[in-house]
Amino acid sequence: MGASMKERDLRGLIDQVKRGRLSRRGFVQRMSAVGIAAPFATQLLVHSGVAMAQSRDTYKPTKRGGGGALKVLWWQGPTLLNPHFATGTKDQDGSRLFYEPLAAWDPEGNLKPKLAASIPSREDGTLAADGKSVVWKLKQNVKWHDGRPFTADDVVFNWEYSKDPATAAVTTGSYKDIMVEKVDQFTVRVLFSQVTPFWAEAFVGTRGMIIPKHLFSEFSGAKSREAPTNLKPVGTGPYLFRDFKPGDLVAGTINNNYYLPNRPYFDSIEMKGGGDAVSAARAVLQTGEYDFAWNLQVEDEILQRLERGGKGRVELSLTGNIEHIQVNQTDPWTEVDGERSSLKTKHPTLQFKEVREALSLLVDRDSIEKHIYGRTGPATPNFLNNPERFRSKTTSKEFSIDKANAMLDAAGWVRGSDGIRAKDGKKLKFVYQTSINQPRQKTQAIVKQAAQRAGIDLELKSVTASVFFSSDVANVDTYGKFYCDLQMYTTTMSQPDPQVFMDQFVSREVATKDNKWSGRNITRVRNPAIDKLAEDAKGELDPVKRAAMYVAMNDLVVKDQVVIPVVYRPGTAGLANNLRASISGWDNNTWDLSDWYKEG
Amino acid sequence: MTPEYVSRRLLLLIPALFGISIFLFALLAAAPGDPFEELATNPAVPPEVRLALREKFGLDDPIWQRYLHWLVAIAQGDWGFSFVSRMDVDTLILQRLPTTLVVIGASQIVAIMVALPVGVLAATRPYSVFDQVANTLAFVGFSLPTFFTGLVFILVFSIQLDWLPFVYRADVPGSGWPWLWTHIKQSIMPVMVLGLFQGGALVRFVRSSVLDVIKLDYVTTARSKGIGERKVLTRHVVRTALIPVVTLIALQLPAVFSGALVTEQIFRVPGIGSLLIASMLANDTPVVMAVTFVSAILVVVFNLIADFLYASLDPRIAYR
Repeated sequence: MGASMKERDLRGLIDQVKRGRLSRRGFVQRMSAVGIAAPFATQLLVHSGVAMAQSRDTYKPTKRGGGGALKVLWWQGPTLLNPHFATGTKDQDGSRLFYEPLAAWDPEGNLKPKLAASIPSREDGTLAADGKSVVWKLKQNVKWHDGRPFTADDVVFNWEYSKDPATAAVTTGSYKDIMVEKVDQFTVRVLFSQVTPFWAEAFVGTRGMIIPKHLFSEFSGAKSREAPTNLKPVGTGPYLFRDFKPGDLVAGTINNNYYLPNRPYFDSIEMKGGGDAVSAARAVLQTGEYDFAWNLQVEDEILQRLERGGKGRVELSLTGNIEHIQVNQTDPWTEVDGERSSLKTKHPTLQFKEVREALSLLVDRDSIEKHIYGRTGPATPNFLNNPERFRSKTTSKEFSIDKANAMLDAAGWVRGSDGIRAKDGKKLKFVYQTSINQPRQKTQAIVKQAAQRAGIDLELKSVTASVFFSSDVANVDTYGKFYCDLQMYTTTMSQPDPQVFMDQFVSREVATKDNKWSGRNITRVRNPAIDKLAEDAKGELDPVKRAAMYVAMNDLVVKDQVVIPVVYRPGTAGLANNLRASISGWDNNTWDLSDWYKEG
Repeated sequence: MTPEYVSRRLLLLIPALFGISIFLFALLAAAPGDPFEELATNPAVPPEVRLALREKFGLDDPIWQRYLHWLVAIAQGDWGFSFVSRMDVDTLILQRLPTTLVVIGASQIVAIMVALPVGVLAATRPYSVFDQVANTLAFVGFSLPTFFTGLVFILVFSIQLDWLPFVYRADVPGSGWPWLWTHIKQSIMPVMVLGLFQGGALVRFVRSSVLDVIKLDYVTTARSKGIGERKVLTRHVVRTALIPVVTLIALQLPAVFSGALVTEQIFRVPGIGSLLIASMLANDTPVVMAVTFVSAILVVVFNLIADFLYASLDPRIAYR
């Protein structure tokens, strides 16, 4: 199927929507029929001048409050409540009880306005045609919990606060390269230095929560950690702050001045932390002690057994998180200028295409899905899986020991007396590392068995997660150093756009001693074709062309076995049977907390 | 026990605590891990932020420099600043302390209340049916690890019978009797798990201690004087037999502060133990350092108290 053909069809359809001959819904349905998912379809319409749909409103309660207490369980409780310092999603989730962004991502990848009055669009001119600025109109009836009005000054302040390097805000990546100006009391303009196709980053979603200027302006920069409000949030959200014990509890009570009618439904919220994922699942699915449990990283078999308790259900949400095997492009066993896996080296055996391809054929993804991950890890041939518009259709997740053997035979890799293949004195022996985590060790075992039958010897290594994922420059076992041949872990995709996500394959991001291994390109792949695609995609305003570029990037890294994707990891949450809550994999679990309610 | 002796012992504490602090600090500094590791795997966070944070919190300074900083701060009563929660460590500990005191304290009381009468009774009728049963149960009690009994309790009382909650909430709303009842209900399982574990060991200790004393000549003399059996037991036997038990209990008291790592985790009791585990997993060294150091101080101090107690309870022992 030619890309141009597809493109032409698409443009025709968009025209039909514009002229009203095709409903938005019909458009999205047709898109999904050809394998393009809703988030992409909707962004397509935005860029082509068709307004984005409001998220479907299914909220039923007709008055505020009266729902009693909402009890939610985060098995790792929030440890701080300033969204600009949130080290993990748990902290963002906790901050989100009180703070809100201008807009949030719903499960389908649509933007839903929160503090914004509407979503910027090309039609009303709030989205610049040159892709270099966005105008946000703010709601005018929003009050901070202490009664002060929320205005454009607050929005501008959050930009100043976050971009200041002295603040050391973890959100700074979304703010440091933009300019924000106040247009009037309730309007701000975000200016980009370059053409920016993905404009919905600053002030949106997980890193977009707005903190009040009047309480933080004295504590910006180096003094940021002294702000008393860091521990006692004053936000705009549906619940007022009541209590916070790091790691244990975040408690809130109903905000009777919330700007949306009839919301929130619950009179109070209690977010309990601590414990482990299995018992969290049990408290929701089996005993019903709690209404909601976050991030149930539990084997599907156990989840299914607990679900039989009948008190709750597991809900999966789309994400881009991918469990994958990285193939080292450099030589991890030779030290050059004080570092192994140096760019000045090439891997002695993995540099050969047939060896990498054989390895990819030896990963039995379907068995891994079936026997290990179940619903929580569908097998995939792609690195870039979601939103679906970026998913390649031309990759294969074939598992074939015979093919791998034939391929290696043909290339002259001969089995030695020990059964291990070798060529020119170089043996196919690899060290394959991952973090200590039961599903990962099981996956390692499955791959090792298959590899053995193809004459490849895999030495399995597992490292404690806290060491493996650390940035400790003194430790040789970190994933960033990658001092072995193969390694496996999950990379997360934090927004419904692959720009940042796919940066991990561009040359300038390579992890080396010079950047203290903080570069994100861990495989150390250097391919001019990938670099060019990444650069071009950044400035491409045509969403169809842009999506095609990311699909091409995916194909380059997958078909060349820079990485071997294994399973993609949807979000998993446990919900009480009567709880109605929208969970989005593109935003925090609590992104739509104001609309949670119980039925019956 | 002379005043010189007491002051000498107190002075000796100082080098001991110094040594402990250096050891703990070096150990934590040598441990791998990074409090900002979660930022490292998050593509949206530029690496500069992580490096800036490391610098801001002094993680890149040499160990001896960090130790000196810590020492100077602690001398001024500053326990440090948590990397992870960005709040003062003493606030974090004080938040968790009441829960630990209540839960672990209650379990110690349960252990003592069960162990004393059972141990004494068992010793007065050695090898009777009661003794055999008590011994067996005590053996089972301290042999089964708390993570096992904890899970069994949850399975039976929360899941099968649905009587008790297995998530502990320190912050129960309400007041009066319903409030108290909720607290008691949720405390039953963790307190019993810990109480039985400690009680089991204590029963055997009390029993053997009483057995040692009950055979002594002065007890026979007391009996032959015609003092009632009950009085012999309480006045003469138990009083003497409990001297080592008191020291044992004194040595166990620091645990009331440091919490119970496993049990707190299972029942989500927000005590010092769960704070310690969470901080270790997050590589939040200031918190780990503070909790372990306070525990060390308490252990050293209670050792000293046990020594003093021993001397004052047992006139045969004198320190010079």
